[in-house]
Amino acid sequence: MDKKNMKGWLYLLPAIFFLGFFMVYPLIDVFIYSFEEGFNFVSQSHHGIGTYNFRYVLRDPYFMQALKNTFILVIITVPVSTGIALLISVGLSSIKAVRNLFQTVYFLPYVTNTLAVGLVFMILFKKTPYSDGLVNLLINWFGGESVDFIDGPYWAKMFVLCFYTVWIVMPFKILILTSALASVNPEYYKAAQVDGTSKSRTFFKITLPMISPTVFYLLITGFIGAFKSYSDSVALFGTDLNQAGMNTIVGYVYDMLYGDSGGYPSYASAAAVILFVIILTITCINLMIRKKHVHIQ
Amino acid sequence: MKIVLQNLTKRFPNRNKSVREDVIAVNNFNFEIPDGKLIGLLGPSGCGKSTALNLLCGLLKPTTGKIFFGDDDVTGVPAEKRGVGFVFQNYALYPHLTVHENILFPLQNFKGKDKLSKEEMLRRAKEAAELVQISSLMERKPSELSGGQQQRVAIARALVKMPRILLLDEPLSNLDARLRLQTREEIRRIQRETKITTVFVTHDQDEAMSISDEIVVMKDGVVQQIGQPQYVYDHPANLFVAKFLGTPPINVFDGYVKGGRLFIGSENVMAAGCPDQNVSVGIRPEGFTLDKNGSITCRLSGVEVMGRDITVVSANSACEAASVRSIISAENLAAINGDTVRFSLKPDKVFLFNKETGAVIGCELN
Amino acid sequence: MDKKVNYEKIERSAKSRDALRKAVIYALLAVWAIIVLFPFYWMVLTSVKSYGAYNAEAVPTFYTLSPTLENYKEAFTAVPLARYFLNTLIFTVVTTSIMMIVTVFAAFAFARLQFYGKNIAFIALLSLMMIPTELVLITNYVTITNLDLRNTFAGLILPSVASVFYIYLLKENFAQVPDELYYAAKVDNTSDMKYLFKVLLPICRPTLVTIAILKIIECWNSYLWPRLVADKETHYLVSNGIQVIRESGFGRENIPAMMAAVVAISLPLIALFLIFRKKIMTGVARGGMKG
Repeated sequence: MDKKNMKGWLYLLPAIFFLGFFMVYPLIDVFIYSFEEGFNFVSQSHHGIGTYNFRYVLRDPYFMQALKNTFILVIITVPVSTGIALLISVGLSSIKAVRNLFQTVYFLPYVTNTLAVGLVFMILFKKTPYSDGLVNLLINWFGGESVDFIDGPYWAKMFVLCFYTVWIVMPFKILILTSALASVNPEYYKAAQVDGTSKSRTFFKITLPMISPTVFYLLITGFIGAFKSYSDSVALFGTDLNQAGMNTIVGYVYDMLYGDSGGYPSYASAAAVILFVIILTITCINLMIRKKHVHIQ
Repeated sequence: MKIVLQNLTKRFPNRNKSVREDVIAVNNFNFEIPDGKLIGLLGPSGCGKSTALNLLCGLLKPTTGKIFFGDDDVTGVPAEKRGVGFVFQNYALYPHLTVHENILFPLQNFKGKDKLSKEEMLRRAKEAAELVQISSLMERKPSELSGGQQQRVAIARALVKMPRILLLDEPLSNLDARLRLQTREEIRRIQRETKITTVFVTHDQDEAMSISDEIVVMKDGVVQQIGQPQYVYDHPANLFVAKFLGTPPINVFDGYVKGGRLFIGSENVMAAGCPDQNVSVGIRPEGFTLDKNGSITCRLSGVEVMGRDITVVSANSACEAASVRSIISAENLAAINGDTVRFSLKPDKVFLFNKETGAVIGCELN
Repeated sequence: MDKKVNYEKIERSAKSRDALRKAVIYALLAVWAIIVLFPFYWMVLTSVKSYGAYNAEAVPTFYTLSPTLENYKEAFTAVPLARYFLNTLIFTVVTTSIMMIVTVFAAFAFARLQFYGKNIAFIALLSLMMIPTELVLITNYVTITNLDLRNTFAGLILPSVASVFYIYLLKENFAQVPDELYYAAKVDNTSDMKYLFKVLLPICRPTLVTIAILKIIECWNSYLWPRLVADKETHYLVSNGIQVIRESGFGRENIPAMMAAVVAISLPLIALFLIFRKKIMTGVARGGMKG
């Protein structure tokens, strides 16, 4: 029996090594960092324990900007992408011809490099001295004024960021929702049809309740994903996000750690811990609501 | 509501794409369902009975032919406008709604001048629940009900909108044996009380025979015979119908008619008033009588005792199957001994069928 | 007689409403397909426009009559794009391979072996799933710096190996294989190792392929960590390379060449996707639903 006990752990050893060294230890360490005041990167020393790092971060206008950007991004993109994905998935499920083709096309953004395709979006939306760019051309066609979406007003930049984020997250949501819709027993729809149920009532009273666990799951993972967003922003606005006013929480952590404004792992840790608390809160709300409300078959 | 099916045909493209020929699920179905009757559509799986039901309901459109509800041609009318009640094989109760909400669901769909007041809806839901005796279960979810209870809820949901016709797809197939007996009587009772024209589909001949006013036997999309259950049993139109109805099934022998006599194997069994020919002879298990001087001889294999009756299992080289099953009264048990048994035959339980087509041969036997 | 007319009307209106519904659905789907495809079209289009032609366009044009591959040459010569590709390839292959080995052993231990503390270990694993990788970035950066592993493949790869979710996914798949197979193997005196490699892995091949492909996609597109530990061109991955191209360009703002680089970077994964379309999509769907 003893020999057997050892054997299980032996199989786990590689995983324990990697997870322990690069996940568990850093996890503990980041909390320690976040409470160590005045940490010096070169001498690896600090001169006190306290909440100064958090107070500093929360007073830092760059962090507040990043926090605000992230929240706006989350609040707009998560409902919008889930809603559109639902619409498209329902559409997909009700057709037969070219359905496979549509599904393949819709999945493409999932396998593309966020940074690379972000460049294409930048070019589409950018206004330069030589050219107003393609999107502005369309706006002009409809009689609108050209806007610089990349270096222009805040709302314009936020629009592009949201648009690109939605574009990136849609494949996953469409895929998950179509498979959820496909798993609903078609007899329910037949029963509803025989009873003369209108399409909209069928959708809201039968389809939606039945796939509600999936929708809810997508909302939660969407929230968590959007709170962690960073590379979309870099792709569109470059690495100096503070200057562009488009930084995100992860971006702030990053900038505090590394680069021209970097070298402050304590502040970075404090910001990361704040992000973790936000995500943990969502996860807990998720668990609480899921127990109570969502219908599970 | 009288229902008329005229030359109804439904073709599906073949699933095997290399085969160009369509699959004909229902082939030229003609039938007039009298008002207020309970009709059983009966046949082996794949015979087109479910397709026929879906055509009636409107979930499928016929390739050709017409369907009338009363005088109305409803052939192209979609299911939701036909006013039919449908009970699905797996009941299709909405799992997230309570029994009460499930029953109310169809009523809430009424629009325009058909719209019901809240009180009216509740009253009708209550009535339907009482009819199928589930009033005490109204606040439960379907997952908290037994199979039989779910079946009742499904029937209540189909009946609550007062359909012009009620359709049931394999209504008893998901129930265990004891519940089946109980539920089929329940269906009969509900149908009698509501007097709604009802069509149900089943592959179980017991089920169809026991409660239907008329049965329709189908095979490969073609209607084989329509009639009252006892009549169809006593006068099968062809070998298929004869084999499909009755448990244990009919015994089929190779035989021939020569000079006004019917022969099975080499034994001259009875007089037959038809021209000389080779025939298939169907003999119902209850058509055998133990008789020392009987005309047909079989090798005895065994006896199955069932209390009231016994089944004599024997073998005859002219029989299609490995064994001949005959049901005789238990009193004769003592008379069975030795290696062989001899039977005489009851002429009204013996049928002759054409060897090629399987069609019954009208023929005086005695 | 009235009623009969009524029925015909119902039939007709139902038909036309159905047709309208179909049209709206197809229109909606087509619009989204265009939104998805257009950036791809635009990057390919721009990448084959010549530098001069592109800059002369005050109003962007939707086609080009004189396509050129000049930009691709520029993209691969002006910046060491081939180097970035090679780096990414090495990073992806090595990371995915190590990850597979670690994952297979861990999943096997959790699914099949009995050992003291298994339940606690598994709960610990599950709770690690909730930890965002961004949180552990900081310490890992410090660790790698202290180990003097910046700008090395070891520094890039080691912290990227651990994937809690894949261990969970594979464990679930292993657990679905009937116990009888394991006992049959035991009766025949098969070792655990042999059972794992000769029985379990062949049976669970589809999941293994799915996990590998998902990890490959993840590696190919990873940006955050590589940017932290690799600040020299010699160890840039494609994501960092494209970012550098964006910031400092080709000495001048050469957008067609930039797009050529983008096309080159996007192509391998799109090809992989088109080949393994079914596997990838069912894999993502299955992985997604479990989470």
